[in-house]
Amino acid sequence: MATATVTAIPTDTGIETRNYLNADYGLKSWLLTTDHKRIAWLYLIAITFFFLVGAIAALLIRIDLLVPQGLIVTPETYNKLFTMHGIIMVFLFLIPSIPAVFGNFLIPMMIGARDVAFPKLNLLSWYVFVTGGMFVMYAIAAGGVDTGWTFYTPLSTSYLNTHVMAAAAGVFIAGFSSILTGLNFIVTIHKMRAPGMTWFRMPLFLWSMYATSVMQVLGTPVLAITLFLVAIERMFHVGIFDPALGGDPLLFQHLFWFYSHPAVYIMILPSMGVVSELIAAFSRKRIFGYEFVAFSSVAIAAISFLVWGHHMFVSGESVYAGVVFSALSMAVAIPSAIKVFNWTATLYKGSISFDAPMLYALGFIGLFTMGGLTGIFLATLAVDQYVHDTYFVVAHFHYIMVGGAIMGYMGALHYWWPKMTGRLYPDRWARVAAFIIFIGFNLTFLPQFVLGYLGMPRRYAIYPAQFQSLNVLSTAGASILGVGYVIPLIYFIWSLRYGPVAGPNPFRAKGLEWTTPSPPPPHNFEQTPIVTEEAYAYGSGVPHSV
Amino acid sequence: MLFGLLLGFLPEASTMARPVDYLFWFCIAVLVFFTALIFATIFYFAIRYRRRSEDEIPPQIQGNLPLEIVWTVIPMGIVAVMFVWGTALFIRNARPPADATDVYVTGKQWMWKIQHSNGRREIDALHVPEGVPIKLIMTSEDVIHDFSVPAFRVKKDVLPDHYTSIWFTADRLGKYRFYCDQYCGMGHSQMRGYLYVMTPGAYEAWLHHGVQAQTMAQAGALLYNRMGCSTCHGTGKGPPFAGLYGKTVRLANGSTAAANDAYLRQMILYPGQKIVAGYRDIMPTFKGQLTEEEVLDLIAYIKSLGSKPGNTGE
Repeated sequence: MATATVTAIPTDTGIETRNYLNADYGLKSWLLTTDHKRIAWLYLIAITFFFLVGAIAALLIRIDLLVPQGLIVTPETYNKLFTMHGIIMVFLFLIPSIPAVFGNFLIPMMIGARDVAFPKLNLLSWYVFVTGGMFVMYAIAAGGVDTGWTFYTPLSTSYLNTHVMAAAAGVFIAGFSSILTGLNFIVTIHKMRAPGMTWFRMPLFLWSMYATSVMQVLGTPVLAITLFLVAIERMFHVGIFDPALGGDPLLFQHLFWFYSHPAVYIMILPSMGVVSELIAAFSRKRIFGYEFVAFSSVAIAAISFLVWGHHMFVSGESVYAGVVFSALSMAVAIPSAIKVFNWTATLYKGSISFDAPMLYALGFIGLFTMGGLTGIFLATLAVDQYVHDTYFVVAHFHYIMVGGAIMGYMGALHYWWPKMTGRLYPDRWARVAAFIIFIGFNLTFLPQFVLGYLGMPRRYAIYPAQFQSLNVLSTAGASILGVGYVIPLIYFIWSLRYGPVAGPNPFRAKGLEWTTPSPPPPHNFEQTPIVTEEAYAYGSGVPHSV
Repeated sequence: MLFGLLLGFLPEASTMARPVDYLFWFCIAVLVFFTALIFATIFYFAIRYRRRSEDEIPPQIQGNLPLEIVWTVIPMGIVAVMFVWGTALFIRNARPPADATDVYVTGKQWMWKIQHSNGRREIDALHVPEGVPIKLIMTSEDVIHDFSVPAFRVKKDVLPDHYTSIWFTADRLGKYRFYCDQYCGMGHSQMRGYLYVMTPGAYEAWLHHGVQAQTMAQAGALLYNRMGCSTCHGTGKGPPFAGLYGKTVRLANGSTAAANDAYLRQMILYPGQKIVAGYRDIMPTFKGQLTEEEVLDLIAYIKSLGSKPGNTGE
């Protein structure tokens, strides 16, 4: 979409220095680049495309649910829409979002390196990702798939005649991109830190990226294996999950959630890292309790592998397994709470400004708090037995994934956009959009908590009329939310050509990435920086914007 | 949650609904308290400490260990309360009373087939008496479904090749919805029905209304003869059934098994998996020859031959 636009930044309006955007021209220079900053752009373009496709599916879902019988599509199509929405948003947008775009762009810059450890592998990851994405797009174009993003067996292996194999192959392939990216980041953070960049001087974004990468490397192979087994059962009728063939239907759920619960943290931890950066920069303060925030990321990553059974409290899993998984799931709440309290405490006696990125960060804290606390409802066995698989769950995970992960992503986009492009976006519009998103989001998903409490099951194409008013309210909220996302899309594209020149450090923030020109030169730093202070050393003076 | 107040609450129609609601509202209170606390604190700090000048350098605060301990320990205490409370209720809800009336539920794409012990059958509807504990023994003929009764605050997945169960004691007359809560394919959202809570008298009348079919046990007895079970199980070549249900059975491999519904189903469909001590592995499988409903009839017949009371658990 924006490849041409990006390369077409005119050099006669203020950005004259040689940088990674104008160092080379032409499609080939982008498609064969090994520059982590250009690869970040490749990902940004790809995931923006996938986000739009997933958002169209969401839009159609919300329109359809305006009336109990379904306004525009048949139940069959409705099932394909929510499946597409889930698969695309989870595997092709949220999981790659912050790691692949901002992790790629920022990790080398934040640690004072020229690039990631394996630049060619990094480019390969993008091609693998796009190949996976194409399989999913093919599944949609060929007629769709209606398994739900969860691919539950034996429905997915023995009962559906839609394009399950193409979609599963797409997710399988995209998973390898996630593994390779994680591997690259782990090695980069271990081996390529500039002199003086100790672990406890690192920006907290890097701690969360590190924890995320470990989860990607350890968890994603399990998903790959699981989907492979689905394929074997589907194609060769080997009994693995389908009892009619001699398999066990719950085995699939254990394997699937062993990855897909950590995947939730793969989506949210990078956002938490971003929020730490934003809160520090716009309060001009070191993050309160840095070590606690850093280690809470590691704790979340570690515990996340031990909580998958909370998706299965009512699945027929043993009561005692349920008790253990309930306790472990409660345990994840603690490091999450520690983060929220420390971010809030960072504001105390700060110098707080309300630029657009900060509005997203503050919005994140509020919405993540609600998402996290409603997660504890679902970890509580007796409450889960009531609201499991209802709209309560839908609302809960959208508070985490949209209210949390996407708010963080939008914050990151607004914070580092001037660094990536050298241009500023209109701040007033950005603040307005942030408010619209916050209001639209809550109006969309608060009614869904109530729907769940009233018993409306998720994934219902046709629903009892008593639920209509709340569904209409939710759809109204979604249309506001949609407007909130379109506005940034417009002004970001506008700013590529017409935005005022940003200068190296428009927000006057600390951090190695802000010591370079904007956009940065091809190899980031003129010479390897020597680090003498921690990432948030605002006490030693606030940097100037130029 | 304001909308919930405006719309009126979901009725509490079983004895476990109110205890679950108390816990739910406790969770809501925790949610509202902490959300309000965080929002209010953020608003206060954001306005109180807004940037006054472009070059302002605020005091740098490293952290505070006592505070970290406080906001680690307090949430731990609160989730511990939720955990203990939720677990106690869940375990209670997982243990049906010994005198519960069994009702059999079979899910298939996309309908619910219900069988009562006396042979009365219904589809996408379930009639139960008020004040009597009911245990649903559930299985699926195809994919995974989920039987959910929001007014009773219970649900459980319904699996192929397994029995799962829920139990409840309805305590409010009326008509309530039940749903399939586990996505099961095209007709998922139409896989639902109504649950009718009746007075015991009206329920008895309903149960015996219309043309009286044979009871499940009678149907099972006919199957028992038709499928040739009696050639072994009546002659000593296979284990006898009288008084079997609920007993602990010694197996040939030295272990034991409780003779419950799941065990009997397994023995009918996969007889080679567990051999009763003292018998040979000669029974053929009846998998594919009996529907799930017929298996339930056979189990009901075996139950009717006498059972050890108090051991009807999973």
